[in-house]
Amino acid sequence: MSAPLVMFLVFIAITLGITYWASRRSRGAGVFFAAGRQITSWQNGFAVAGDYMSAASFLGIAGIIAFQGYDGFMYSVGWLVAYLALLLLVAEPLRNAGKYTMADLLAYRLSPRPVRAMASLSTLTVCTFYMVAQMVGAGALVALLLKGSGISYSTAVIGVGILMIVYVVFGGMLATTWVQIVKAFLLMGGTLLLSILVMAHFHFSLTAFFDAIGHVTYHDKGQLVVKDFLQPGLRYKPPYGPLDLISLGLALVLGTAGLPHALVRFLTVPDAKTARHSVVWAMALVGSFYIMTTFLGFGAATIVGRDFISTHGGTNMSAPLLAQALAGDIFFAFICSIAFATILAVVAGLAISASTSFAHDFWTNVVHRGAERKPGEEVRVARFSAFAVGAIAMSIAILLGPTANVAFLTSLAICVAASANFPVIVLSIFWRRFNTAGAVAGLAAGLIASIGLILVSPSLMAVDPPTVTGAARHLIQAKAWFPLENPGILSIPLGFLGAVLGTLLSHDPSSQHKFNELLVRSNTGLGAEKATLSH
Amino acid sequence: MPMPEMKQPDPIGQTVWDRVAESHQFKHLMATKRTFVIPAFVFFLTYYFLLPVLVGYAPNFMSIKIWGNVNIAYVFALSQFFMAWVVAALFIRASDNFDKLSKDIIEEALKSPDLKAEK
Repeated sequence: MSAPLVMFLVFIAITLGITYWASRRSRGAGVFFAAGRQITSWQNGFAVAGDYMSAASFLGIAGIIAFQGYDGFMYSVGWLVAYLALLLLVAEPLRNAGKYTMADLLAYRLSPRPVRAMASLSTLTVCTFYMVAQMVGAGALVALLLKGSGISYSTAVIGVGILMIVYVVFGGMLATTWVQIVKAFLLMGGTLLLSILVMAHFHFSLTAFFDAIGHVTYHDKGQLVVKDFLQPGLRYKPPYGPLDLISLGLALVLGTAGLPHALVRFLTVPDAKTARHSVVWAMALVGSFYIMTTFLGFGAATIVGRDFISTHGGTNMSAPLLAQALAGDIFFAFICSIAFATILAVVAGLAISASTSFAHDFWTNVVHRGAERKPGEEVRVARFSAFAVGAIAMSIAILLGPTANVAFLTSLAICVAASANFPVIVLSIFWRRFNTAGAVAGLAAGLIASIGLILVSPSLMAVDPPTVTGAARHLIQAKAWFPLENPGILSIPLGFLGAVLGTLLSHDPSSQHKFNELLVRSNTGLGAEKATLSH
Repeated sequence: MPMPEMKQPDPIGQTVWDRVAESHQFKHLMATKRTFVIPAFVFFLTYYFLLPVLVGYAPNFMSIKIWGNVNIAYVFALSQFFMAWVVAALFIRASDNFDKLSKDIIEEALKSPDLKAEK
């Protein structure tokens, strides 16, 4: 057996152990959906970080920096700063007014059924797109790493899907949380080690390191070029580059506060204070991690080089190849298994928030008007929906295939979160006049605008030369109608516009009537859900 | 009651929520929060969006090297991390005060006669 395979199996064994332990803990919806609200601030901080730092961060950003230098580092900045919106506006009200999902916050003062139905739809959309992106990444990664062991792309996708379903079905939120905590430790440790090795390569001289970044050499269309990788503009070129960058920043900063799988993490802690402190823990971890992408990305650019990475698996392999170049095959295996752990923890978080939203928002509150017909029904439905969500994500990932361009799926997920979820969450907390029609219109406008604009963006529309074949070809072979890859700059205002117009054009005094309740509850914690798990 | 279809109605009634919302203490809490949150939010958004705006529209300025090969663009990007940490730390410090005010409001509200009657 190859070294990567052994390390994968060790990590899988640990996580299955956690799942077994979690499944033995006391039963009940509060434990299944919200880990009994007993997660402490550092634990939740690690779990938030583990939930958030996806394969797109570890493999994706390192790859973009390795290939396009400084512009890739701009991603890193946005992913951290985004936490401020979450911390300042959303974490505390959500903890105080939520039960299991972000729709709980909306349903307090708005008519529950239409709002929950729409919120559930947008949650499922965001989670599925995100999950498919992660699964394609996982499949490609595993197939590449375990080359020769007979594990194909489809087998890898199915394996990841089954593990994710097992964590969620048997271990619920408690198991998911601990899988994320373990993963965060591994990811931080691996990244730190890799950064130290990069610096050791440059004899711990920052001057030497940054000088090397100033002269990165590679072949572009057969020509040898030397570029300063600290120079902005290698990825985002005029005329639309700068605007695309601003649009991306907007979606990141506001979208994070609307990501369902990030939001539900704040329902697992005992109170608002712990929720706040866990954001700070997460910011410390996530921030340090993204600063270290400097070493990972530029290290790969200078030590391994674009030419070698291109012929050995492509951009996403930058960080693992860097590990191999610096410390050999065992360290390569270690970094690969961390990437694998990263993907597993993220998809588990997505799967539980999707199935919680389906069971709690859609099944119990929309279909059955807020009542479980039998005790434990909600948890049972959530377990079934985890199977369904997993199966759907696996099928799409297999259908798309390993070479699919999936970067747009992640940007779509974050854009829907920013354009549909963020406006209604914020308006529901802060605007007394806001009402049900406004929430439904806002969610619908944000959802349609972001999906519609991505469909006609350069991510999906372009004219490829005939040499580009298969899944790597753009879906629509025509010039893009919308010039930006990231539609946030237009779709977020449209989401807000929908919410405001829907509100002003309708008359619904009952939504205002209960504003006082939400206002007091979300700001003081009066009447908030208590911790339920007994030790 | 917040949601008539819920099996267990919330024990805190509308009169309590309305009274707390109108109370001087609660208004003080909201004002205290606003004086921190609004400026902090505006500041971090401005500071953050300066980065893509400057990178996009003033690339020559951002490319000025200030230490070895390190340019303004990189230093400014790096400073964003510290900005985020500082704002978060200040918020945590300010929120101790929010918690204190909230605790008083909750205690006051739970003493309320309406609440006992409704229970």
